[in-house]
Amino acid sequence: MNFHPLNRGRRLLRAGAAAALALGLFTAAVARAELNVVATMPDLGALAEAVGAGKVKVTSLARPTEDAHFVTAKPSFIRVLNRADVLIEGGAELEVGWLPPLVEGARNREIIPGGSRRVDASKGLQLLDVPTGPVDRSQGHVHAAGNAHYLLDPVRAGESAGNITEAFARLDPANAAAYRAALESFRAELAKKLPAWEARLKPFAGAKVVTYHKSFDYLLDRFGLEFVGTIEPKPGVEPSPTHINALVPQLREQGVRLILIEEHRPTKTPQYVAEKAGAKLIVLPHFPGSHRASETYLEWMDHLVIELADALKQP
Amino acid sequence: MKSKTMLGVSSALCLGTLPLAAQEATDLEQLKKQLQDMQNKFEQTVRDQREQIEALEQQIEGLKQAPVPATNNAPVSATPAAVADTVDDSRWKLTDPIRIGDRRNAYMDIGLVGSFVAGGSTADDIAGGTQLGGHDPNQNGFTVQGIEANFTGAVDPYFRGTANLLFAIDGEGETFTEVEEAWLETVSLPWNLKVRAGQLFTEFGRHNPTHVHSWDFVDTPLVNGRFLGADGLRNPGGFVSWLAPTPFYSELFLGIQNSHGVTAASFRAPEEGEEGHHHGGGSEVPFAYRHPDNDRGLNTVSDLLFTPRYVLSFDLTDTQTLLLGGSAAFGPNNVGAAGDTRTEIYGADLTWKWTSPKQTGGFPFVKWQSEVMWRNTDVGAFDWDEDGDGLVGDEEIADLDTGLPALMAAETLHDFGFYTQIVYGFRPGWTFGVRYDWLDRDDGAYEMRNLAFEGEALGRDPLRNARWRVSPALTWYPTEFSKLRLQYNHDDRRDIGVDHSVWLQFEFILGAHAAHKF
Repeated sequence: MNFHPLNRGRRLLRAGAAAALALGLFTAAVARAELNVVATMPDLGALAEAVGAGKVKVTSLARPTEDAHFVTAKPSFIRVLNRADVLIEGGAELEVGWLPPLVEGARNREIIPGGSRRVDASKGLQLLDVPTGPVDRSQGHVHAAGNAHYLLDPVRAGESAGNITEAFARLDPANAAAYRAALESFRAELAKKLPAWEARLKPFAGAKVVTYHKSFDYLLDRFGLEFVGTIEPKPGVEPSPTHINALVPQLREQGVRLILIEEHRPTKTPQYVAEKAGAKLIVLPHFPGSHRASETYLEWMDHLVIELADALKQP
Repeated sequence: MKSKTMLGVSSALCLGTLPLAAQEATDLEQLKKQLQDMQNKFEQTVRDQREQIEALEQQIEGLKQAPVPATNNAPVSATPAAVADTVDDSRWKLTDPIRIGDRRNAYMDIGLVGSFVAGGSTADDIAGGTQLGGHDPNQNGFTVQGIEANFTGAVDPYFRGTANLLFAIDGEGETFTEVEEAWLETVSLPWNLKVRAGQLFTEFGRHNPTHVHSWDFVDTPLVNGRFLGADGLRNPGGFVSWLAPTPFYSELFLGIQNSHGVTAASFRAPEEGEEGHHHGGGSEVPFAYRHPDNDRGLNTVSDLLFTPRYVLSFDLTDTQTLLLGGSAAFGPNNVGAAGDTRTEIYGADLTWKWTSPKQTGGFPFVKWQSEVMWRNTDVGAFDWDEDGDGLVGDEEIADLDTGLPALMAAETLHDFGFYTQIVYGFRPGWTFGVRYDWLDRDDGAYEMRNLAFEGEALGRDPLRNARWRVSPALTWYPTEFSKLRLQYNHDDRRDIGVDHSVWLQFEFILGAHAAHKF
């Protein structure tokens, strides 16, 4: 046998080239198999899963339990965004405090603002709280585009899913029919569940509710509960003891029954307010994915409605 | 000297043209021919374009006569959204960042940060003494650390531009301005590359490329102040960075900048206090007791400053992120005859951050950040008998052993230092942090000699002497646009002693506010 080192080297080279080619083909095949979707927040991620028809791989940047206004801009996100085929953003400036430098670092020219692979999930939606009068930052951190927590409304979620679907269909035409079919079935399920949700909360129509931040307005608005105000005096401004002491008698007077807070809020102040005002405090998951029972969008909405109804049922 | 060179160059050019006179006739013929060719091409282009225009006009006419085709052949998904319900986001609103252009046409975002500090110190030499940073508190009472205007925006589909212009007031009440940064950066280069060029902070470690308002403490770490300069290492130039295809985040930076100018401390910066710069030096005696030789521009490539950096990061858990970096800066310095002495600075940095999985407003968090640096400085031989009279004259360093002007031998100096800081965001809007600074060096041979300047014995070089500092700081952010910070500094400088300082910093942000990086 000829084991001349040169020949061996050549053989190795040939084998290496073949392996590299195989690997290249394999990765190309994998890359074509699914769209690599990055959603800034878990609710957008859940919608992407719902309309993705199993043809997309979804990564959500913000964790379901955290405050999506202030996500740590981990460098690992730069790598994730670098490989993203699609970036889905809320479109109402919620991520403005952490997303821009990540996108700038990612060197993915299609996902920069205005890029063909960047999806604004709020496109075409009517948002609440769009400021009409003169506003400045003395009124707290008001989002000029309107209240960004719109996916807490299942009707708007159905519309928003359409934006995501159209982007998927455009960027992956081979699976366009599958995405559209998934959207139709998602909307059909929403249409089926909506009357059930409404029926469950109907007995409590007009119940007065206070939230910590303006996070649950869409949910309350959809199901006929009355949003009375927030514990924080202005968006993003922590309440002072003076403010709390002035707030409690007002809430008592108005007969506020529920205080809603997101999972990331410290409970101490809201608990105090609830006790003093004779209201009930409940902690609601502000995103899907924080509990095993609310992984998908529909499960999450189920969970929210049940929690609200249960809390309002008690005297 | 410059004008002499220019004269030389221009006369060389004139001389160079003389032997060519004989060829002039043939050259003229060639030029004429080229001109004729160009004219022909131009005329051809005009003809082509006219034909294209005519063809297009015919098409338009045809389209006008044809019936309008139905556009909605693709079924639009049945959404309950009516057209009238859409958000009119074209309107500029008062809550928008201050912008040139409206929401749809954001040509430029403008932001303004004002940082001030009030307080006092037991030190007599605050600016450049206890405080090494150019935007640190510079006197007892009030200091304007900086009024910083930031302009940023997309230039075109290929570039992003930003400029940070800073105004401040020095200890004498003089207002000065700084072009802190002004650069353009590519946004669509292939192969994960990015190029930034203009006037920019060197990507060296963690603290150097940051602006005053993003610091976790009132002042600059000592190791940064001593090795990278009062204003940080920043100069005209550029870098290319590459996002490496590793399974974790990693990025390689290669920077090239000028090595001269006041913001190139450790390299070819002019003597402190010269050229109207307002950041006080700690000593009246020049670096390593030599006069800086800085009387040259750029002659060779090795006169530039080269700054590589490699940084990598991964998430230890869902809540913990680690970032490690290694940086270096290589360039000529000003303490030897032109070009023959160089400085090398090496840095290593570590940042670890934990953020609660239930963070509100980014709180609670714990962030630990440390940087260590080494510096090797060649200093050239230097004869203090500058007037050549063999006697110790004014502004000449004397060798007390010989009674003659000092003759300094060439040597390489070694300095090192670090800072480590931990910041705990213990409740929304509140942080408590502690920083420890430490600097030391190997004794230089020049410091071990029996030297004197204007009758006073010289010992260890005050610009290199050992010192440490510990700084606890409590910060309150009423919102993300304002800040109040109380800090205490315990300074201990070898040969000088202990000093205590208390500083209260206050800051506001107007308009656009850049998002927080890691």
